[in-house]
Amino acid sequence: MNWITNYVRPKINSLFSRREVPENLWTKCPECGTMLFHRELAANLNVCGTCDHHMTISPRQRFAALFDGGIFTEIKVPEPLVDPLQFRDQKKYTDRLKAAQKASGEKDAMLLAEGEIGRTPIVAAAQDFSFMAGSMGMYVGNAIIAAAERAVKLKRPLVLFSASGGARMQEGMLSLMQMPRTTVAVQLLKEARLPYIVVLTHPTTGGVTASYAMLGDVQIAEPNAQIGFAGARVIEQTIREKLPEGFQRAEYLLDHGMLDRVVHRKALKEELVTLIRMLTGQPPAIRGDLAAPAEKPADAPAEKAEAKA
Amino acid sequence: MQYLDFEKPLADIEGKAEELRAMARTNPGMDVTKEAEALDRKADQALRDLYKTLTPWQKCQVARHPERPHCLDYVEGLFTEFTALAGDRAFADDHAVIGGLARFNDRPVMVIGHEKGNDTKSRIQRNFGMARPEGYRKAIRLMDLADRFRLPVITLIDTAGAYPGKGAEERGQAEAIARSTEKCLTIGVPLVSVVIGEGGSGGAVAFATANRVAMLEHSIYSVISPEGCASILWKDAEKMREAAEALRLTAQDLQKLGIIDRIVKEPVGGAQRAPKEAIEAVGKAIEAMLGELSGKKPETLVRERRQKFLDMGSKGLAA
Repeated sequence: MNWITNYVRPKINSLFSRREVPENLWTKCPECGTMLFHRELAANLNVCGTCDHHMTISPRQRFAALFDGGIFTEIKVPEPLVDPLQFRDQKKYTDRLKAAQKASGEKDAMLLAEGEIGRTPIVAAAQDFSFMAGSMGMYVGNAIIAAAERAVKLKRPLVLFSASGGARMQEGMLSLMQMPRTTVAVQLLKEARLPYIVVLTHPTTGGVTASYAMLGDVQIAEPNAQIGFAGARVIEQTIREKLPEGFQRAEYLLDHGMLDRVVHRKALKEELVTLIRMLTGQPPAIRGDLAAPAEKPADAPAEKAEAKA
Repeated sequence: MQYLDFEKPLADIEGKAEELRAMARTNPGMDVTKEAEALDRKADQALRDLYKTLTPWQKCQVARHPERPHCLDYVEGLFTEFTALAGDRAFADDHAVIGGLARFNDRPVMVIGHEKGNDTKSRIQRNFGMARPEGYRKAIRLMDLADRFRLPVITLIDTAGAYPGKGAEERGQAEAIARSTEKCLTIGVPLVSVVIGEGGSGGAVAFATANRVAMLEHSIYSVISPEGCASILWKDAEKMREAAEALRLTAQDLQKLGIIDRIVKEPVGGAQRAPKEAIEAVGKAIEAMLGELSGKKPETLVRERRQKFLDMGSKGLAA
């Protein structure tokens, strides 16, 4: 990847990227049914203007809104073996993978970036629910390890946005083994005394919840996000009773002591900056809509965190 | 012996031999020894043939066989002075998970495992081996204890998966599993696991993130049950045979993929036909695995365990 694809503003970038061209100009809110115009929806970070439902947002879109001036540098993920099991259900796994890659313009279900938020340098990872339900296979595992290693190297916190149906069945036990692998990644951060903040987004379930997504130093969730281990349908079939309203939703988990905070998508950036700056002993942030960092964003940052560590 | 559906030819032969012997008992003049012995030999051959080429789905059935030795049978057969330690100190004691101090070849160890139970009453008491968060939190506590007193940890895996229940979710099933896996990765003592029946997804990984993992020859270890996988990917739970095939959940495939270290041979016809033999074989495997790790420093054990999992995925199946 060359510097221009890395550093051009995503707004310009989006003119060329396939993903940003909406097939439908109108999106129906799955919660309240309101028809939402794509531009307004994007400006509102894919949050429904009527009912405040937080819809799926692509990692690129999220990063564009998160990083100062929308500027971030992608971190490369070591490529795993493709289709190690030669898995085939009704379709071949390789075909499903190709279709998902074509539809999203991404390699797999996780994107990594480094940059600054509120002038605070971070490494970020975001899972892409639209890519095979954000399922965790070897690529996602490699991505989380790469993100942790990069954060350790730069002495920066890692902010991870989870969104996943769980392990990727088409990679069989190799997908399950991403649970211990990603747990090792989290340990690398803990040993380096770097904050690891998880933002659980709708939905986060299965083996993802049961590994890196529940091991954060601070656990934040977006409103109404479904978060759990087993699927609600499976639970209902097992216990043969109806589950209560709001079961496995962010607010329900907050009530049951499983989360630190539930935060609106639009307030997330500020919240993350505040938390990170306190955890890393930095002075309070300068508020406001900050422009892109003047210099190359990648290197400058580490000193303060270094002094702390 | 309870026969599995694919064992029907065997059941027929054994049934005939039994009938013949019953007839001889009522008619003292009749000599059926020869015929009965011939049938026995035939049954023996049929059993050997059947178990030589089990399909993945048949292995699932064997792994779930109700008469297969379960965790407590292994604990009784392989350990002395087993002293169960209960409770997570927060909410309850989960009977689906047993754990405690015991001696293995006279050496004190911590043993932890899923127990499925062996009759209706004990199955219900054990929740069919499906642990709730308390079970994982008990295991975390016991692993901590073992780490502090430098005792090796032996885990025996046999669960369809963590329990999908309302309370389990409310009390943080996912978090408990994640912390248990994390604990496995941090203890500075040898950790060895044996999958003795079903290794069901996250519920199994939580105990099996070990320095050495062995599987019984006909046990299974999978990211999802074949039925679950079939209903999601084939939209038809009846396609479990195909799913079992595709998931590569057998000990043989998982050794090729570098996910497990060792296969423990089962008696002909599976562990359920000769539990004592199976238990002994598992004991030998545990001894060998602990031997490989003996004398290693705590930090070496932790480092090697982590590296082992980080390196996973470099091998594909060239089948």
